Amino acid sequence: MLGARAAALRPGYGFVLSRALGPFGAVLALAFVMQLVVVPWSGPFYEKLLMDIGINCLLAVSLNLVNGFTGQFSIGHAGFMAVGGYVAGAVTYYGSFVLWGSPAVHGGFLGGGDLLFLAGCLLGGLFAAGAGYLVGLPSLRLRGDYLAIVTLGFGEILRVLLQQTNDVIFVAEEIASATPWDLATALGGALGFSGIPFYTTVFWVFVMLGLLLIVAIRLKESSEGRAFLSIRENEIAAEAMGIDTTRYKVRAFVLAAFFAGIAGALFAHETGTTLNPRELGFQKSFDIVIMVVLGGMGSISGALVAAVLLTILPEFLREFADWRLVIYALSLIVMMRFRPQGLFGIREIWELWRKPPGAPTAGGAP
Amino acid sequence: MTAPILDVRSISIAFGGLKAVTDFSLSLPAGALQGLIGPNGAGKTTVFNLLTGVYRPQTGEIHLDGRRVDGLKPNRIAAAGLARTFQNIRLFADLTVLDNVRVACHVRAEAGLAAALFRTRAHYGEEAAIRERALSLLEIFGLTHRAGEYARNLPYGDQRRLEIARALATGPKVLLLDEPAAGMNPQEKRALADLIALVRRQFGLTVLLIEHDMGLVMNICEAITVIDHGMTIARGTPTEVQSDPAVIEAYLGAPDEPAADSAVGSAKVDP
Repeated sequence: MLGARAAALRPGYGFVLSRALGPFGAVLALAFVMQLVVVPWSGPFYEKLLMDIGINCLLAVSLNLVNGFTGQFSIGHAGFMAVGGYVAGAVTYYGSFVLWGSPAVHGGFLGGGDLLFLAGCLLGGLFAAGAGYLVGLPSLRLRGDYLAIVTLGFGEILRVLLQQTNDVIFVAEEIASATPWDLATALGGALGFSGIPFYTTVFWVFVMLGLLLIVAIRLKESSEGRAFLSIRENEIAAEAMGIDTTRYKVRAFVLAAFFAGIAGALFAHETGTTLNPRELGFQKSFDIVIMVVLGGMGSISGALVAAVLLTILPEFLREFADWRLVIYALSLIVMMRFRPQGLFGIREIWELWRKPPGAPTAGGAP
Repeated sequence: MTAPILDVRSISIAFGGLKAVTDFSLSLPAGALQGLIGPNGAGKTTVFNLLTGVYRPQTGEIHLDGRRVDGLKPNRIAAAGLARTFQNIRLFADLTVLDNVRVACHVRAEAGLAAALFRTRAHYGEEAAIRERALSLLEIFGLTHRAGEYARNLPYGDQRRLEIARALATGPKVLLLDEPAAGMNPQEKRALADLIALVRRQFGLTVLLIEHDMGLVMNICEAITVIDHGMTIARGTPTEVQSDPAVIEAYLGAPDEPAADSAVGSAKVDP
C-alpha cells in the first residue's frame, strides 16, 4: 500500500544524485583541506591531537548507534576496536614484508602503502563487524545490565586472548616461511604489537569519521533509523508496530562494531601509540561510554562535542593525569544530578534552537 | 456467510497455577465492531496479548484472514495485519508525534537499509509516501497541529488518539483497542466513538474493543463477549448481554452474597 505511492513520489535522478553523492564529496574535500592546509600550519603536536580527536569521535559516534539510538547498553566497545586494530595491523605489518620486504611506510600520500592500509582498515572493520554480530546475538535475549555484562565479558576475553599471542616476527626470512596461522598468532602478546607502520594521517581519520557521520545522520533521518529509535523508546510497542527488534539490535551492533574496528585500525597505525591489549581494555570502553553519556544518548552532535572535549582536556591537564578518572567520575555524578539526559539529551545541537523537525510545512511532502 | 477475518479457536494460557485465559474463542466477521468486557482482572488484556503474540497460547489456534498466526512473533503478527493500542499508553515518548506514526509505517516499507544509507530514489520516494500517509492519519485524528511536538508533552486524550493513529499506520485488517476511552471525559468519549466509526468505515477495518465504559460499549458494539476469571461467560448483542444473569453476577456478585469484593469500579451495567 506504501509501494505504489512510494514509486509515484520518487524524485528525479538529478535531485537524488546530488543529494546522495554530495556529502561524500564534501567529506573528501574537508579531509584534503585538513591534511594539506591545516596540518602543515598546525605542527606535529596538533596533528596528533587532531588524529586523537577524530578517532575518539569515531568511537563515540559509533557506540552511540547502540547505546543512544537503540537503547542497548554496551560497555565492550574497545573490544571491537581491538579486533579492528589487530587485524589491520597484521595486514599492513606482515603485508608490507611480503610485498616490499620491510615494514617501513611505503610510497607517499595515497601511494601503494596507503592502499594496503586502506585494505587493512576495511578488513579490520569487517572482522570487528563479525564480532559485533556474535555479540549482538545474545542481545536478543538479554536486557539492560545483563547485556552490559556480556559485552564487558567479550572485551575482557579478547584482551586475555591477545595477551596469549606470540611475539611479533621481525625477520623477513622467517615471515616468508611462516604459515598464515603463524602470522595470525604472532601479535606481540602482552608487550603489544610493535613495528606497525605509521600510516594514519589526519586525511584518513577524517575520511572515516565523515563516512560514519554520513551513515549516522542518514540513519537517523530515515525509516530504518526510526526503527532503531523506537526500540530505545519502547521495545514492546515497537514490536507491536511490526518492528523486528531482534534484527535492528543486531544491525546496530554490527554497524557500530564496523566503525569501532576502523577506529582501532587508525589507532594502531597512529604515530606514538602502541597497539597493546591493556590499552584497549575495560578502561578504554568506559572512556567511550562516558563520551556518549556526557554528550547525550542518541545525539550525534552531542557525542562529537563530548569526544572533542574529553580528548582535548586531558592533553592540557597533563599535570593532573593521575586525577583523570576521579574527574571523569565526578563530572558524571554532577551530570546525573543536574542534567541526567546529557549535554544535548537525545536532540542534535541544531535542534536546540528551533522547533523539532517534522512539523508540517505547507504542502506536506517534498 | 463469509469466513471470519479473525478466527480464534479455544486458546488458553496459564501462568503457573493461574489459569489466566481458558478456552477463549471468538469469530470476527470482516467489518465487525465487537466488544470484549469483564470485571477487572478478568483476563481481557491477556487475550489481547495472546492475539498479538506477546504471549504464546498454550492451546488453540488463531487465524487471521485465513492465515495461522499463533506462535508468530509480535512484529510478524503486526505485519500480517493485526494492530493494537495499549491500556497503559506506550507511545514513543521522546519521538515527535509525526515520528510515532512514521515508525508504525515502517512495517509496510520495502526500501531497506542500503537504500537509506545510499539515499537512492526508492528511499526518497518511500520517505515521501510515509510522510504523506502519517500526516493524513494525523489529520483524521485532529493532531496535525501537534505533529512536531514530543509525544510525552501531549495532553492525555491526544495521547490516546495518537495510539490509535499509530496502530492504523501499520495498515491493519483488524484493530484491537484496549480501553481507548479510559480517562476521557464524556465529550471526548462521544468524539472517540464517532472517530472509531469513521476510521472503521474509511479503512474497512474490523475492530475489537476492550472498554470499561458500558455506555460506549453498549452504544457502538454490535456484539459483546464477556469474560470473567479467564472464562467466557456470555456472548451476544448488548441487550442480551445486559440481562444475562451470569454477567450481572460477575459484575455485582451473586444476589445472596455481599457485593463488597466485586470490582464495580467505573463499570456499571444499566438495567
